[in-house]
Amino acid sequence: MVHLITELSKYTMIILFALYTWQCFSALGRHVDLEEQAWKFKKQMAYMYLFHLNAYAVLYLSTKNQDLLKFYLEQVVFFLAVQALYGIFYKRVSKLVVNNMCMLMCIGFVMLTRLSYKHAVKQFVIAIVSMALTMLIPYFISRWKFVRSLTWMYALAGITMLGVVAVLGAVSHGAKLSFSVAGITVQPSEFIKIIFVFFAASMFYESTEFVQVVKATLVAAMHVVILVLSRDLGAALIFFIAYMVMLYVATRKLYYFAGGLLCGAAASVAAYFLFDHVRVRVVAWQDPLAVFEREGNQVSNSLFAIGTGGWFGMGLNQGMPYKIPEVKQDFIFSAIAEELGGIFAVCLILVCVSCFLMFLNIAMQMKDFFYKLVALGLGTIYGFQIFLSIGGDIKFIPSTGVTLPLVSYGGSSLLSTLILFAVIQGLYLMRERGEEEVEMAAKPKKKKQKSRQIDEVEEKISQESREIGSWVAKNLGEANEGNTKTFDEAKTEKVKKPGRKKRKEKLSSHEETIHGTKVQDFD
Amino acid sequence: MKKSSVEQKSRNSTHINKKKNREFVVITYLFVGMFMLMMGYFAYFQIFRSEDFINSPYNTRQNTFAEHVVRGEIRSADGKTLAQTVVGEDGSETRYYPYGSMFAHAVGYDSNGKSGIESFGNFSLLRSHAFFLEQVFHGIQNQKNQGDNIVTTLNYDLQETAYQALGANRGAVVVLEPSTGKILAMVSKPDFDPNTIEAEWENIISDTDSENSILVNRVTQGLYPPGSTFKILTTLEYIRENPSYHNYSYECTGSIAMENTEIHCYNHAVHGTENLEVSFAKSCNTSYANIGLGLDKKAFGQLCDSMLFGKALPISYPSNKSSFVLKENSNTDEATQTAIGQGETLVTPMHMAVITSAIANKGVLMRPYVIDHTENYKGVTVKKYRSSQYGALLSEEEAAKLGEFMSLVVSEGTGSQLNGQNYQAAGKTGSAEFSNNKSESHAWFTGYASTQEKGTIAVTVIVEKGGAGSTAAVPIAKQVFDRYFSES
Repeated sequence: MVHLITELSKYTMIILFALYTWQCFSALGRHVDLEEQAWKFKKQMAYMYLFHLNAYAVLYLSTKNQDLLKFYLEQVVFFLAVQALYGIFYKRVSKLVVNNMCMLMCIGFVMLTRLSYKHAVKQFVIAIVSMALTMLIPYFISRWKFVRSLTWMYALAGITMLGVVAVLGAVSHGAKLSFSVAGITVQPSEFIKIIFVFFAASMFYESTEFVQVVKATLVAAMHVVILVLSRDLGAALIFFIAYMVMLYVATRKLYYFAGGLLCGAAASVAAYFLFDHVRVRVVAWQDPLAVFEREGNQVSNSLFAIGTGGWFGMGLNQGMPYKIPEVKQDFIFSAIAEELGGIFAVCLILVCVSCFLMFLNIAMQMKDFFYKLVALGLGTIYGFQIFLSIGGDIKFIPSTGVTLPLVSYGGSSLLSTLILFAVIQGLYLMRERGEEEVEMAAKPKKKKQKSRQIDEVEEKISQESREIGSWVAKNLGEANEGNTKTFDEAKTEKVKKPGRKKRKEKLSSHEETIHGTKVQDFD
Repeated sequence: MKKSSVEQKSRNSTHINKKKNREFVVITYLFVGMFMLMMGYFAYFQIFRSEDFINSPYNTRQNTFAEHVVRGEIRSADGKTLAQTVVGEDGSETRYYPYGSMFAHAVGYDSNGKSGIESFGNFSLLRSHAFFLEQVFHGIQNQKNQGDNIVTTLNYDLQETAYQALGANRGAVVVLEPSTGKILAMVSKPDFDPNTIEAEWENIISDTDSENSILVNRVTQGLYPPGSTFKILTTLEYIRENPSYHNYSYECTGSIAMENTEIHCYNHAVHGTENLEVSFAKSCNTSYANIGLGLDKKAFGQLCDSMLFGKALPISYPSNKSSFVLKENSNTDEATQTAIGQGETLVTPMHMAVITSAIANKGVLMRPYVIDHTENYKGVTVKKYRSSQYGALLSEEEAAKLGEFMSLVVSEGTGSQLNGQNYQAAGKTGSAEFSNNKSESHAWFTGYASTQEKGTIAVTVIVEKGGAGSTAAVPIAKQVFDRYFSES
């Protein structure tokens, strides 16, 4: 009987998650109005809670562990609280990003509970603390204007911390990645990724002159070299790609990008010959079964899991994901593919892609060049980490041992990803608010009028959301950027006309609209 | 006026803003493209590559299926049950092999590890495609479902004939259908009884005499010197290098002296003046040593590479790679020894069968396969395995030419026992010396036969220490051909 329920649940969970994934994209469609969109996001949450319930029902039935019931309810309360807090204090953030954040964490909790109840509980506690901390970030990010001027502080902090870890850090899994303070193990590279993005953004915000590019590149290279020396290849690659992307977008010089990638390729080849542990990864990637006893063990086991699971999966608790070394951290995707199925796994990739598109979307929506670069950098970090993690698990690329953000076990990974999401939400908040300010500046008004203006703003938000949707749809479909342009043009005109007069001194060539007007959306 | 200039300005800046987003769009496309490729690879892996990993003996996951499924049957193409699971009244399960050791290596065993079809067909045997409601019913009652059956390409009659014909000898017989790649029979001796392997296990693994090694499937894993059967490849290389091979002539005196060795014909026969056809048909060693002297070693190596030497054979059974070690700087002794199939060259019987099949099939190799289809226990087909081309090993003209040569072996050479039958046979014998003791040799035959009605089958036989191919191996092949072509 339990087996039957497990079997049927395979399909119901796939259907629920597929419906969720579908809404990620359909909610942003061209012809979806704001009301309909809100309804779709509500439906998304319903699918998530149903999936969550279904998964824990199966886990409970197959383990008969009473603690799971309590654990499940705690998680429901947690998700409800997150939704409610965002709903009350940050009305203007991207609801889709909030939903995806919850969904990914939800899948992570389910899978970790299946793999190790003890670790799942630990992860849950970390999630609560991290969420509480990062809840404040959107508020501050939209107010603290000085973040763009801390350029060299970022560089100093990043290089110092990475250097300290490289020299003193504990050797874990052949890579010097972490150190322990008061019983808590911290992996600094997870956080320095974010600091690094702020560094690069403020550098290029100041100037994109050649000298500046050289300075920035030297600092970036130091980061990457330290990471390679401390054998954290995955992080080194992420830093490298994030920097190349930001450099390319900031300077708009394709040859920087192409040249950089070529250098990167050359460096990879050199690393292959210089470092044993790079060779091991490549050997395991080429033919994992041929070196099953040693190098290929992890990747082979991952592929056994994915292959045996097939499109529909083995069902929760029916597979053997624990056979994969490091399954909780780096190979969680394989465990998901094995037990929840290949279709579920593809949907998971699509949800991650949906997050990535929302990150790049805000990068394009912002008008302040600094924040554009921040959003771009964070989006690149997130997107590329997804690519490295999943690509390594399915043997699309050599495994680099990076976590799947929000899903994998690991406190540093979880906290840093939540910070990243919170910063992005702060930008969404700022974008919406910036427009409101302009409107208000245009017509100095009495208090009464405010409500009407908010209506207007909301009207505009709805219009924009649709445009975002059309942009996403377009970018998934054919290559045509004409529409985006027309939209942006129209919008910026509206905004700029009145705002222009009020502009204060230009902070730099990239500075466009920064105002400090107080609008309470966190109270 | 002022307003319009502001508008103009803002347009300009907007325009800049627009253009600024172009790089963002490029990056977005780049990443979306990467994700698309990754998802594409995931689908590709699931559809095309996953079976390699699912069926890997390292993958222990499938065994958990056994908790919910009764292992399915393995059947011959003509409907005989080769392996089945008998469920006792107390629910205990026993794997039973009605024909004992006859199919030992082909079907394999399922205790103390797995081998043969039991190993690479494991996944199918432990999956149930019984009627959906029946599975639901069993699920509620907590009963096991009946697993799917594997229907093989193995022909019971041919297997039995080959098994009996090989008798008490060590060696191997493999029968392929060249036009499809179907494995019709596969016999390796010495063998074991899969019914008792669990009880015998300690004895089997403690027997370290490498000559016994009864668990080794000699068809795919036994590496033997090819002896004169290798002259097929030497001839092909000679034809490729010498378009005027018709003019070849050699005076055989029974022996030829090399730098350090002397090569002589089998049983010290003296063949006299002979052209290439006769050299091949009579398997004249001295003539072929002479040919070997003149061959381009590099080109010869490339030919053997293209003939799957040093490569894994495209089959599901675990196989060893044949080896061809002749290098450009090898000395003449090695070159001549290689030309007559001695020296360092080693082949598996399956490899010879594969080459023979390609010759019989106009140069095109069909991938050998043994699982024809899987079906649920009620007989509804679940998955049909189709024959697939591996590629052309040689050109159609070359295949036809080698076919003529091999026909001559039967009509006037060492394979004359196959002459004058109700089928047209062609082949090549071999007597491969394998030690310094020149009096002992492995007997080889590889060839094919056909009739209008029943098509073509290819047979490869090796009898360890059997002596001459013509006396020890050809009769076994003949029995297989006779059996296959006898019935109406």
